[in-house]
Amino acid sequence: MSLKPIHDMGVAELAAAIADKKTSSVEAAQHLLARARQHEHLGVYLALNEDLSLAQAKAADARVAAGERTPLLGVPLAHKDIFVTRGFPTTAGSKMLAGYQSPFDATVVSQLAAAGAVTLGKLNCDEFAMGSGNDNSAFSAAHNPWDVSRVPGGSSGGSAAAVAARLVPAATGTDTGGSIRQPAAFCGITGIKPTYGRCSRYGMVAFASSLDQAGPMARSAADCAALLTAMAGPDIDRDSTSLDHPAEDYSAALTRSREGATAAQPLKGLRIGLPAEFFGAGCAPDVLAAVRSALSEYEQLGATLVDISLPRTELSIPVYYVIAPAEASSNLSRFDGVKFGHRARQYDDLIDMYKKTRSEAFGPEVQRRIMIGTYVLSHGYYDAYYLQAQKIRRLIAQDFQQAFTQCDVIAGPVAPSVAWTIGEKSADPMANYLADIYTLSTSLAGLPGMSVPAGFGAANMPVGLQLVGNYFKEGELLHTAHAFQQATDWHLKTPQGY
Amino acid sequence: MSLTLSDIGRIANLARLELSPQQSERMLTQLNGFFDTVEQMNAVDTTGVEPLAHPTAVIDHVSLRLRPDVASEVNDRDANQKSAPAVERGLFLVPKVIE
Repeated sequence: MSLKPIHDMGVAELAAAIADKKTSSVEAAQHLLARARQHEHLGVYLALNEDLSLAQAKAADARVAAGERTPLLGVPLAHKDIFVTRGFPTTAGSKMLAGYQSPFDATVVSQLAAAGAVTLGKLNCDEFAMGSGNDNSAFSAAHNPWDVSRVPGGSSGGSAAAVAARLVPAATGTDTGGSIRQPAAFCGITGIKPTYGRCSRYGMVAFASSLDQAGPMARSAADCAALLTAMAGPDIDRDSTSLDHPAEDYSAALTRSREGATAAQPLKGLRIGLPAEFFGAGCAPDVLAAVRSALSEYEQLGATLVDISLPRTELSIPVYYVIAPAEASSNLSRFDGVKFGHRARQYDDLIDMYKKTRSEAFGPEVQRRIMIGTYVLSHGYYDAYYLQAQKIRRLIAQDFQQAFTQCDVIAGPVAPSVAWTIGEKSADPMANYLADIYTLSTSLAGLPGMSVPAGFGAANMPVGLQLVGNYFKEGELLHTAHAFQQATDWHLKTPQGY
Repeated sequence: MSLTLSDIGRIANLARLELSPQQSERMLTQLNGFFDTVEQMNAVDTTGVEPLAHPTAVIDHVSLRLRPDVASEVNDRDANQKSAPAVERGLFLVPKVIE
């Protein structure tokens, strides 16, 4: 029997094939590197380092030869270009960091490397992770493999497009206000943003520190579980917001059976809450139809649907777009043209050097957010904007705790529409912000959320079902998604030509 | 309340950005459009609500940790300065600050 093409294998399948010596890590890396070059037009990779990737693959093959058999050993992955990675440039999608070489690896990168995964390259993203379409990347647009005239979503757009186009079996992403979940939905793949603080932020180029969270993106919940098991866990010495909870085996959680579950109804007893605010007129009918049909499937699997309310959903837009830019303006003040990054060629004095350096190298969306953040933190406006937003943030977090007294998991659409055409929203920043409505509140509360492929909407573009759990309930979310993926095949659909 | 062009100039200076007149005009329009949406926060009664700066406060009921103020990384100046725009003999070069 001949082996199926390497690029058609998911993480678990490829790891097994490498462990069984049906292929090797070097062969897998070579195949996927050739595929990356073949599909350069998608604009997903910002950097490759073939020699380094192949050296890592060779080391993995040596571990296999020595008898090791672990879930990620030898599997090629790629990292969003927001994780600093030795041996590759790390740009965060910005001209400010063009060519930047980090002297160290992000914790998430080193943990995946220790598990034996091979770094295949760095993936395109919106500049400093600020955007919803990957069109704010300073280097190139990334394209959605389902329709190359459309955005892959953002900010982890390169990650989502790479997995959807079968260029890598899985990738890392980061989610500040939806940047894993929304591109996963737009590209028809699976992605999870864990509880805030579950994965270390050490070595993740900072956007909004109280919101940024790393997570895996892959074809299936099972593959996400394998990655998250390696990525999550405390990093107490290096990240002051890392939660001091031991790592978990999320793969084991996939098959853990619920009390009262049967083979036909593996989710019997699961209460799924549907927030009225997520199912209103603001959501496109094609998206709602796909989400509702996924929810019917959940009923077949034994779950009960419960009506709930998240009354401050609309307020999450101004609250998020005050808090995130405030933190961004502070974080991005480090880019001063002195210690690393771009420096203007000509300037009059120190202040002029700062201004010219920053104006030359930051793109328009980043400058806009720095302006918003600087303003809401400035004297006389701090209380009315920043402090008021933080107070409403607490109310939003409380709304979720109220909702979780009535249900175990919350479900709804990830985004109000399918992926839009590249350039369609470029001229109107508010249109981009409004499209984040269903993902922002989860981020503000610090809750885990995921996107699961749930069918197709307008123009045959993928639709994602969002699942949100309570703190530390990543295992339950992955289990809930896995049960759905055992009964459906939306997550296995591949865009034509890939 | 609407921002004016002089507000844009003041904020840009605080943010250490240099905007051309056209960029300032566009920024003014976009920021005023944005703050129209932000104004809806004013209608929310937040009397007695503690601001939530960080979700760890509600997740784990822990405040942010501090670590001892001691050097924990080895000194690797060459690697750390590799991406610096201007260095000489291990020092970062900046324009003259004191006349």
